[in-house]
Amino acid sequence: MISLLDCFFYSISSMLVASSLAVILVRHPVRAALFLVLSFVMAAMLWMLLEAEFLSLVLIFVYVGAIMTLFLFVIMMLPAEESLSWKKWRGFPFALLLFALLLSLLFYMLKHSLLLGASASPADTTSTYTNTQAIGHILYTQYALPFEMIGILLLVAMVAAIMLTFRGRRVDAKGQCINKQVRASKQDQLKLVNIPSEGEKG
Amino acid sequence: MIGLSHYLSVSAIIFSISILGLMINHRNLITLLMCIELMLLAVSTNFIAFARYLHQPAGEVFVFLILAVAAAESAIGLAILVLWFRQHHSVDVEQLNRLKG
Repeated sequence: MISLLDCFFYSISSMLVASSLAVILVRHPVRAALFLVLSFVMAAMLWMLLEAEFLSLVLIFVYVGAIMTLFLFVIMMLPAEESLSWKKWRGFPFALLLFALLLSLLFYMLKHSLLLGASASPADTTSTYTNTQAIGHILYTQYALPFEMIGILLLVAMVAAIMLTFRGRRVDAKGQCINKQVRASKQDQLKLVNIPSEGEKG
Repeated sequence: MIGLSHYLSVSAIIFSISILGLMINHRNLITLLMCIELMLLAVSTNFIAFARYLHQPAGEVFVFLILAVAAAESAIGLAILVLWFRQHHSVDVEQLNRLKG
């Protein structure tokens, strides 16, 4: 008997596999990026089925919202350069062989793994359980140091990305001249003039 | 009933697809970066499935860390890509042979 949850799982994962196949087979980079967005959304739904609500929404915010936008910006800054068709590449059968080998190895390990037999049941969660709270609880106690280090890593990455692409100030760039601003006085800027009002004339 | 092995199979398939993508799209640097993102996604799905079925919320913390590292990696990778394009007007991997490796 196939339940509704199974239906969801199979449809979502088949769309995930199909869109990730499209990412690697489509020749135009913009289309590949859009298919990558679709596969991220599908993966977020899969994570939702695993009751990892916080991470699934973070995946959508961070990947679909930020990283894929960055990818699209870079793709559109570069000229539209279609990648070579994989059909013409002579190494394609070899790559396919390697793919089949890797996949069969992974499935072999999956079948003979000791971990899988022991735990068939997922964690049964009560109605007061929230995923965000559970992650936050462990993240701020046991994993506080890695959490801080990841913040430093992001800062370093940001500085590195800016340093790499920053080309220095232009010669004719407009900007503030702070000492002039500080030295400015009221007498330089402001001039009071006496103008008779309209009412006095008439 | 969906078990742990179902999720692991899906992520194994995605991981192999992205390895295949790394091999067949070996000319365009942007597509290579996208395949690496797909690979990280498969690994994160594994982590979350294990976290749920082995009752260990620590697995989800590691997915959190993976997301941050992936963000840093793609930011720096794209910055290097833009820099390379400015100098050589091409992102063809075949021409990235300055080190003669």
